[in-house]
Amino acid sequence: MAEYGTAVHEASRKAMSAWYDRLALAARTGAPSAYLMISGNCVEILRSFDIEPAFPEVNALQLAIRKQSLPLILKAEEIGYSSDNCAYVKADAGFTFGEGAPGAGKIPKPTFIVCNFVGCHVYIKWFEHCSEFLDVPLTMLDIPFLRSDRPSDEDIHYVVAQLKNLIASCEKATGKAFDIDRLREICALSAKAEAGWQRCKDLCKNSPSPMDAYFDAINLMGPINVLRGTQDAVDFFDVAVREYEALVKAKKGPIPQEKFRIVVEGPPPYPFYRQFRDLFAAWGAVAVQSTYSTVGGIWEFGFRHDPKRPLESIAEQMLMENLCNRSLLERYKQIRRYVEDWRADALVIHSVKSCRLFSAGQGDMRDYFANELGVPTLLVESDLEDPRYYAQAMMKNRIDAFFESLEHRKLLKKPQGRTTA
Amino acid sequence: MIYGAGVDVGSTQTKAVILSSGREIVSRALAMTGANVTKAAERTFSEALAASGLPREKIGYIIGTGYGRYKVTFGDSQVTEISCHARGAHFMFPNTRTVIDIGGQDTKAIRVGTNGEVVDFAMNDKCAAGTGRFLSASAEVLDLPLEKIGALSLEGKEPVRLSTVCTVFVESDIMSYLAQGKKTPDILAGVHRAIAARTISLLQRIGLSPEYTMTGGVARNIGMVNCLEEKLKTQLNVSADSHFMGAIGAALFALERAELASRGKREEAVIGGWEDGLQETKQ
Repeated sequence: MAEYGTAVHEASRKAMSAWYDRLALAARTGAPSAYLMISGNCVEILRSFDIEPAFPEVNALQLAIRKQSLPLILKAEEIGYSSDNCAYVKADAGFTFGEGAPGAGKIPKPTFIVCNFVGCHVYIKWFEHCSEFLDVPLTMLDIPFLRSDRPSDEDIHYVVAQLKNLIASCEKATGKAFDIDRLREICALSAKAEAGWQRCKDLCKNSPSPMDAYFDAINLMGPINVLRGTQDAVDFFDVAVREYEALVKAKKGPIPQEKFRIVVEGPPPYPFYRQFRDLFAAWGAVAVQSTYSTVGGIWEFGFRHDPKRPLESIAEQMLMENLCNRSLLERYKQIRRYVEDWRADALVIHSVKSCRLFSAGQGDMRDYFANELGVPTLLVESDLEDPRYYAQAMMKNRIDAFFESLEHRKLLKKPQGRTTA
Repeated sequence: MIYGAGVDVGSTQTKAVILSSGREIVSRALAMTGANVTKAAERTFSEALAASGLPREKIGYIIGTGYGRYKVTFGDSQVTEISCHARGAHFMFPNTRTVIDIGGQDTKAIRVGTNGEVVDFAMNDKCAAGTGRFLSASAEVLDLPLEKIGALSLEGKEPVRLSTVCTVFVESDIMSYLAQGKKTPDILAGVHRAIAARTISLLQRIGLSPEYTMTGGVARNIGMVNCLEEKLKTQLNVSADSHFMGAIGAALFALERAELASRGKREEAVIGGWEDGLQETKQ
């Protein structure tokens, strides 16, 4: 069979390139497009109007992974953004408002902007700035933060009412009438891709895990968040499931020998993606689950968009079936389930310096998992976008020490004969 | 007799220790790390070797530790200083459950298990606030030798309250107290208290669990030891070799690996041959 993850990687690259081509085309022709946020997004509604979604977060991510973020962050700071601001916001602001940014001209000026903020209030300002600077209309959705394990009926009703406003904005922007049957078809396609997502995540319960559910999950995150509701996304997940099932059968994983199974919380340091990954791979550590992969949506526990109740299920996705809109205690539950059901040896928390909103409480999280549940937990900090916060020597030191201690503790737990001669 | 060596290349100082199979410290050496880390490691190891009177080939295994551990080019493998400090502290004080290591650029709180294994650890963030560097910055502003400030801080009767633990801003803080006519011992008492408070909050992250063993260069500072003892309401274990603790831990790992090799056993990818060393300590 092919080398590890080749088919998934290639299929993801192709699908995402096709999307970028469509964005570039929209930039040239003025075809309808809209800015949208990844977390808990309502892409299905835009898709039912053939509005191409563009995601400033994905711009920011791409800039970071290509090591192009720092000049744009500095540009944003020059404009007046504080050094404490979210670096995703700053990189995109530098990209959008600065001149001559890499890839500029390939992302269309949107027909309108949809601020579907969930969990993050800084994002409101981000999209307000985009709306003001680009001089395009803004549709703001107000999604109540989820404080318990389920939203109330009133919450769902409140969001559905706003989705109807969004539909009106889409009608106005495109001149098309809303077609509920089209939305139902799109939701059915979403559900199929979501089933593929769950299958891929479930396969990681095997040992060895067929993929790294943190570092390789980005191959899956693009199609599920950006292309959800299309046949392309369904086809992509067919490829992914086939490849990961074959890998499970062949007992192959992302590294030659899986020695530690970890769960990772927090986004990766994109400017140092490879180096960060290598620090774990050197110890035979594979992420079998990650919370970051669920910022757009949590499908591994069975949630699906429902063609029978399209707007309500979109509202549920935005309210509770994504990581960002959940309270810290709900996040604990999610991680605990990951650790238990995916049989992880440890939890690694990567805290993001420029995101206080998402990183706040991770000290308590570490304490809860390490001291109350007895799950070995490592907390490291850098940034998802700003390379200035990453120190390789310190990062390596902490990760090495953590795995040294895990290795040692594994030896101590070994049955008699090795340690009690 | 089998010998193992540990070379701890810290940000400020480099330490080397040679241990015999009788778990005796045969020799030790210390030098400033300076800009050439590899040379500092070589020089310090050579000094320790000369002090031991042993030929180089008698050293069965060498482990590098500390931030410059990969610059110990003549070494056989590397172990982080977190594991080494835990190991060294447990060797010197077997009831150690918490190691407090205040080094030149970082402070570590390490929870240690009954076998000297690292159970948990916490370190200062990417900032030298509350580390040894903070003390040396304070000493520089007050124009005092670093080794004197600990004892002098004990003479403080009315410790000042520092508004910062930032190693950069401490300078202006101290200057402003000097301008107000505050006495040097009171300022130093404030400095030591500030670091102790920060260290305690780091310790709390891993849980307060006696016995406490203090390692690293700052363990030689009596003012710091007193301050921490006062806050923890218990005595700290402090060895005269506290600043060599990382090198001692590395030398223990190295010795175990050398013993393993001498028995013709395959080197395993475990911490410096811990597996068999553990077997022996249990026997």
